[in-house]
Amino acid sequence: MSSAVFSTSAAQGRPFVFETENGSEVCPEPFQEQLFTEPRPPQRAADFKDARLASVTPASRLAVRPAPEMVTSGIAEMDALTGGLPRGCLTEICGPASSGRSTLMLSALAAATQRGECCAVVDASDALDPQSVVAAGMELDRLLWVRCGENSVQAESRLEQLLRVTDLLLESGGFGLIALDLGDLSPQSARRIPLATWFRFRRAVEHTSTVLLAMERQSIAGSCSSLLIKLGSLKPSAPENKASPTPTHVQLLTQVEITAELVRSRMDRKPVRSAEITFASKTAWAG
Amino acid sequence: MPFACIFVPNFPVAAVSRAEPELRALALAIYEGKPPMEKVFAVSESATRMGITPGMTKTQAELCSELTLRPRSPLQESGAHAALLDCAQSFSPCVEDAAADTVILDLAGMESLFGSQPEIARNLFRRAAELGLDVNVALALNPDAAVFAARGFSGVTVIPSGKESECLGSLPVKVLFAERMEGEKKEENREESARRLETLERWGVRDLRALAALPEVALSERLGQEGLRWQKLARGAASRTLVPVEAPTIFEEAVELESPIVLLEPLAFLLNRLLEQICARLASRALNTQELRLTLDLESFSSFNPQSKLNNQQLSSPATIENQQSAICSTRPKQFHRTLCLPLPMLDPKLFLKLLQLDLNAYPPGAPILKIHLEARPARPRSAQGGLFLPPSPEPEKLELTLARIAGLVGESRVGALELLDTHRAEGFRMRRFGLGATQESAAKNNQPRQTSEPAEEKCAVAALRRFRPPLRVTVTMDNPELVRVVCPKKKEVQGSVLWKAGPWRNSGDWWEREAWARDEWDIALQNAEGIFLYRLVHDLLGGSWFVEGTYD
Repeated sequence: MSSAVFSTSAAQGRPFVFETENGSEVCPEPFQEQLFTEPRPPQRAADFKDARLASVTPASRLAVRPAPEMVTSGIAEMDALTGGLPRGCLTEICGPASSGRSTLMLSALAAATQRGECCAVVDASDALDPQSVVAAGMELDRLLWVRCGENSVQAESRLEQLLRVTDLLLESGGFGLIALDLGDLSPQSARRIPLATWFRFRRAVEHTSTVLLAMERQSIAGSCSSLLIKLGSLKPSAPENKASPTPTHVQLLTQVEITAELVRSRMDRKPVRSAEITFASKTAWAG
Repeated sequence: MPFACIFVPNFPVAAVSRAEPELRALALAIYEGKPPMEKVFAVSESATRMGITPGMTKTQAELCSELTLRPRSPLQESGAHAALLDCAQSFSPCVEDAAADTVILDLAGMESLFGSQPEIARNLFRRAAELGLDVNVALALNPDAAVFAARGFSGVTVIPSGKESECLGSLPVKVLFAERMEGEKKEENREESARRLETLERWGVRDLRALAALPEVALSERLGQEGLRWQKLARGAASRTLVPVEAPTIFEEAVELESPIVLLEPLAFLLNRLLEQICARLASRALNTQELRLTLDLESFSSFNPQSKLNNQQLSSPATIENQQSAICSTRPKQFHRTLCLPLPMLDPKLFLKLLQLDLNAYPPGAPILKIHLEARPARPRSAQGGLFLPPSPEPEKLELTLARIAGLVGESRVGALELLDTHRAEGFRMRRFGLGATQESAAKNNQPRQTSEPAEEKCAVAALRRFRPPLRVTVTMDNPELVRVVCPKKKEVQGSVLWKAGPWRNSGDWWEREAWARDEWDIALQNAEGIFLYRLVHDLLGGSWFVEGTYD
């Protein structure tokens, strides 16, 4: 009884090598006569016209998984860096405090609400500022805000609430963007979330049109995230010279520079070279 | 112009059987009255075969071990009567409420909608069964003939036109004198009816055929015009117009419990049954509901049993019962009300049950329950047209359930949509209900091309603030008037030397109110070993304290 052996050469587009279990080659009957008349040329798998082999598609020609739809993050520079935020995937934004994480998150939420989609933000530390939300251009009717825990609740309890609420929102479905705000949780607390949970979240949003966005201080989702953006420390645009003739009381925080680095992207199926950009975000009261 | 009559035989038994369907297969007797003079009022067929008759005392009936006794419940009878009206009004807008167990419909013009007369009759029978009622349905050319046929013949009866006298002839004479609910005249009518029936029986008139065959002149000489009217009814020749009843706008169901329940699981079982009945009645009228009101009658203080369990908590020793009773008397209400407001009109009994369960888990009654009353406000069903290019949105039913579950986790006041208040005070916002109604309206507006003042390529990100709730109290070192250093004892990350600052910006308000506020705000950059961080520093001018309100992120 013969069996087919499909080698890895098939993945590279080379023809198959068809062998029997005892290692001998199969010689079909039409070629038997040639054995006694002239030297038999070396046999190749491509010469065998087996209907069963012809129906097998080589791996190199299999249909590739369609790339996810990308939506704008609301910031042109970020869209140029990453191509946007992928639907049906987990995106991580990590960085220290004052690095621009909340700015990026609110911008993405505002862009989603302006597209007419319902969004949700699961706030582990109850840190969302309503004025910043409005300044970002959010449609308040389309934003669901879940404020986890109260002041006296331990970080672990807030984390548990966040995970359960996220499960409920993903199960409900229909949200264009769900943002998990873990920005104020310490890396030790955030790492308590097992990777299996992130894997479950990723599987829950797969094949949906929901963008799952996680914001934290350090990357904790591992390979479950399809897009990882790392933000650097902020540099406030302000006169550094204390001896400036401009009186102090007229100084105004007008803009904040944000440095973003694309660490990982699984969108193009190619290794991504780390790219870094810097752009400015203006304050709500700046003209 | 045909008329239909729906009659519920043995109405008190039918009302109880509707509330407890498992009693249909048992021998059932309904009693009424004050103890110890309670008497059997109505019995089912199985109980009749066992020898139980109306008028027996409850004690006598209890001797029969296989008999199930239930008290007469006006609540259940009114619920059954309302269901009967709903069933009729789902077929015809002109319905007469003839009695608690009888309704008459005008079927003029209904054949083009519901089919032939036999089909209409069968559909009426089926719809009543869906609402939990075993009824007799009869169709005739005039209302009275339909009523007599429904009361006399079981199942579905259709009297062809012109055959009324022939079909009704076999019915006993007593169908002419069925009880009518006329308030204070009910007793007088009953006595009058008994006298008339006795008169006819003395004459040997047992059925309607015999009454119809009597000579008219002789009958009028002995019984007057009333006798002629009876003869006309017996021949099926009387005609009259219906007095239509106005459709009720409240759908309610109630159940009284013999023994109080303390656990939520049996309460959920009863709520499920009430919800299914209400939803069936709403569906028969093509209506939904947007508000459910639950009222629970709790065990009062006078009948309070100290040994009973309350929500799985056993009471303490008798020595402290008195103190607890006095505390409970002052704080525990007799009735417990909960209102479930839905964002959109819905009609899903399973969803309603789940929402009520989640609500009762969050806000338990706190005492044993004696009576359950559920009321649904009717609303027109929502009409939403789908589109290929509309953005995705959560399903309203799923979203409502999800929000209820999230509220159970984090608290009702901590989930919802933002609403800014008209004030400059910090934290001038409130949480309101997150609903899809407003989002759908704004989605319709968004379909129109939007004209923005600035081009898209010039749009810039707005720096966001992350708030500390509550604000962090800090210690500020100043080198008059410069800010030098900020230290937060509670959060070690928030500390450092002031690298840069902008301010102060004075803000105040509500000076005409009790809660006036005044503060100076700085935007500062703190430098420490970990880096540079931007904060908003606030000096409370009234209290003198310093706070870090948030970080720019």
